[in-house]
Amino acid sequence: MPPLLPLLPLMVIAAGPVLIMIGLAVTRSHRLTFSITLAAILGALGSLGVLLPLVPTQVGLLFLFDGFVLFYSGLVLASGLVVAVLSYDYLKGREGAPEEFYLLLLGALLGALVLIASRHFVSFFLGLEILSISLYPLIAYLRDRPSPIEAAVKYLITAGASSAFLLFGMAIIYGLTGTMEFPEIGRRMGGLVQGQLLMPVGMVLLIIGIGFKLGVVPFHLWTPDVYEGAPAPVAAFVATVSKGAVFALLLRYFTEVSLRDRPALLAVFTIVAVASMCVGNLLALFQNNIKRLLAYSSIAHFGYLLVAFMSAGALRVFAVTYYLAAYFVATLGAFGVVTILSSREGDADEIGDYEGLFERRPWLAGVFTLMLLSLAGLPLTAGFLAKAFVVASGVGSTLWLPVLTLVGASGVALFYYLRVVAALFREPGAPAKRVAGVFGGPVFSLRGKIVMGVLFVLLIWWGVYPAGLMALISLIGIGR
Amino acid sequence: MILAAILFIPVCAGIVAWLSERASAKLPRWVSLAALAVDLPLVVALWRAHPNQGSGGDGWIAEFQAPWLPLFGSSFHLGADGISLLMVGLTAFLGCMASASSWTEITKRTGFFHLCLCWTLAGVLGVFLALDLFLFYFAWEFMLVPMYFLIALWGHEDRFRAAVKFVIFTQLSGLALLASILGLYFVHSRATGVSTFSYIALLRTPMAPSAGLLLSLGFLAAFLVKLPAVPFHTWLPDAHTQAPTAGSVILAGLMLKTGAYGLFRFSIPLFPGAAVLARPLAILGVVGILYGALLAFAQKDVKRLVAYTSVSHMGFVLLGLFAGNQLAFQGALIQILSHGMSTGALFILAGALQERLHTRDLSRMGGLWAVVPRLGGASMFFALASLGLPGMGTFVGEFMVVLGAYRASVPLAVIASLGFVLSTVYSLSLMEQAFFGENRRGWKVPDLSIREMGVVALMIIPLLWLGLAPQAVIEKGKRAFSTASVQTAGGRGAPEAGRVTPEGGLR
Repeated sequence: MPPLLPLLPLMVIAAGPVLIMIGLAVTRSHRLTFSITLAAILGALGSLGVLLPLVPTQVGLLFLFDGFVLFYSGLVLASGLVVAVLSYDYLKGREGAPEEFYLLLLGALLGALVLIASRHFVSFFLGLEILSISLYPLIAYLRDRPSPIEAAVKYLITAGASSAFLLFGMAIIYGLTGTMEFPEIGRRMGGLVQGQLLMPVGMVLLIIGIGFKLGVVPFHLWTPDVYEGAPAPVAAFVATVSKGAVFALLLRYFTEVSLRDRPALLAVFTIVAVASMCVGNLLALFQNNIKRLLAYSSIAHFGYLLVAFMSAGALRVFAVTYYLAAYFVATLGAFGVVTILSSREGDADEIGDYEGLFERRPWLAGVFTLMLLSLAGLPLTAGFLAKAFVVASGVGSTLWLPVLTLVGASGVALFYYLRVVAALFREPGAPAKRVAGVFGGPVFSLRGKIVMGVLFVLLIWWGVYPAGLMALISLIGIGR
Repeated sequence: MILAAILFIPVCAGIVAWLSERASAKLPRWVSLAALAVDLPLVVALWRAHPNQGSGGDGWIAEFQAPWLPLFGSSFHLGADGISLLMVGLTAFLGCMASASSWTEITKRTGFFHLCLCWTLAGVLGVFLALDLFLFYFAWEFMLVPMYFLIALWGHEDRFRAAVKFVIFTQLSGLALLASILGLYFVHSRATGVSTFSYIALLRTPMAPSAGLLLSLGFLAAFLVKLPAVPFHTWLPDAHTQAPTAGSVILAGLMLKTGAYGLFRFSIPLFPGAAVLARPLAILGVVGILYGALLAFAQKDVKRLVAYTSVSHMGFVLLGLFAGNQLAFQGALIQILSHGMSTGALFILAGALQERLHTRDLSRMGGLWAVVPRLGGASMFFALASLGLPGMGTFVGEFMVVLGAYRASVPLAVIASLGFVLSTVYSLSLMEQAFFGENRRGWKVPDLSIREMGVVALMIIPLLWLGLAPQAVIEKGKRAFSTASVQTAGGRGAPEAGRVTPEGGLR
């Protein structure tokens, strides 16, 4: 029986849904459910502190807790907190019972935490499925409307298919190496007979499965539809927590199974990265829907992340982690603005809805501008330094093709981000009815203001003087 | 410490100006003007305290260092030598002028306008002062965002397109610069084991000439786009034409200079192995001189015309920097300063015209001399300065550039001197179309106000100073040249070029 103390964050998060269900049996209260959710997430965040002196520690065969896991868990939990707060105001003004939403949200967070801490195919698959299964109903939560249902069905089918690929890949790798532990797979793969054809097949199947979850080209087709159809806070969750946790796992797996010794795999990732950067940014140019635009931009962002992922050396984990942190903040902020502006009639997702926002709600427009500038990688924001670190890791490992693609693709990306920014400052036309705060509608709460304020401050702080964050990230390392 | 103050005064003033809009819409103007007016005497005091220092080789006049990204090997390191001090002084001065010239033009969102104005200038100051390549890149990109807003929010009819074009050109070339800076960083850390972005350390990076050539391309991309050199200039006419007056002044007077400064400060001394590029770059400069002048002559839009003259004048700067001898280099330095003044003033006057006539179309003007004699007289002065009349800075600069270029390559110098003829043609044609002839449209508009006269008068003074007593600047240029190594275009006439990089580093 291994000591279970390191599993504390997982247990705290898992206790949340149980408590919520007990509470719901007594009384249906949105406020109470929300409070339990917040308490669970904050408790889990606090318990990460308890783990700090214990790392690195392994729990059974399935889990490993090191600095890397703690950092990513913190990132994911904090994002979950932001999504929960945004959802509270979002759900309050809408039809249907809101309570079960938090149950599913905590379930998805649990899945993400399991994924991040896993070092074994079983925990990997379990975490992924807990995450995905919680996400289907979350995406379709507003079930009386057509587009969330459509989005959820699309996500269900693609996620199901990708799980099948993933399982098949795992089976092949297990069949060849006889183990499901990542470090052991890495060790035994070197001993395999040269010219063994099945191994690359297994690896590629695994990459296809993960690629679906990350929404990188050519496995990206679900992304825009799901972002568009899902409620705005859920879209934020998919864009950050879900994709980020899978990326953390990818990073761990391909650290144990070294990427640099396998040029064929590196070539696969190069193609995926280059294609994601180009396709994501080019298709984003034609979007008039903010959520779809952010979806295509997230495809491109994971292409950038893959550039850092493919590099070697000390900068690799650092650049990926910094970029993910900056991406999380900016994406949550951008979707936060969409959430706040959305009214009962529907999400505020047309560019036209944002025209003249600077006149009507200058602060909100300022926050949105900054988030978009960060996604575009312009200075004063975390996105600027993040992109510089990614380019640094790429240049340091002489990945010239991906780096040059990144440079070109970023130029294209500016065009659509600035298109939205320009809309914010344009003379206001007749505002659309569904934009909240114009014709009454829900006005966002103090909670929401605080969350957006924190994101805003973080974005500038990490973009101007990030010595603290950099020191923290450089401390973490895989296995340390 | 004083350098940090020079840099942060505009940053803070921007925020104060923004907040002060709530008290009064007029307050932000005073805040930004006051901040820039405080910067100027600081620069002058530094200049006077160290009259003999030219360039980094003699040590820096002032330095400031604070930790910034220690893990990445980058620090907040500012330093000024004679040349950067001149550029900083130009920035503070033109900043004051830009702020004062937008007094009546900008009436909407004045707070945010002056925030953008001050922060653009802070970015420009950062570029001129940074001694850490990552900090330099930060400042280089930082200029972009507030400038985008200046053009996109307060510009003219086609402002959004022009602003996006400007950002995409500069950002794309900026990322190439980043890749090159990082490449240099890794080359340095592999060779010496020290990971640093410090300019002084990177100067001594040993590298193969081919690697130097490749890395220098990224630097050149950024600087040639900003300068602009001819095939990369297409963003300039749009941005300059659509920007509000203050934006045009900053773009033409300062942003273009950051490109020239980058070439001088970084491209040339960091990559002695890239000297083979000097000749093609000098040729690009000559092409720019003629092409810009010819297109300027063809324009019907006043601001567009002035924008193309910038292309032509900056061609002289490029030629001067890469002609490879001291004379041409000193000429380029004077040309940088005097072009900032004369073109800045022309944009202010073009802005004043547009504010009155609500058009920039030359074919709709004519006979304005009788209507606005003061505006006409001022325009005449700066048009003459722009065409290179002796006694003004432009003449000294362009003459010295051509003289120096003659020693490097006779054909280049001969072709470049055709620029003098063309600049006379477009300058006089501008004057003729706008101010002389018959007032067919029956314009009746007010003349320059006292405030505008003051701005114009203040800009005449340095232009005459550069034209009549340029020795102080020439002196700085001499020292800078002898320490910072300018490579030759023709291989002739540059025995005085000392190299910062030790000879062993060239292999």
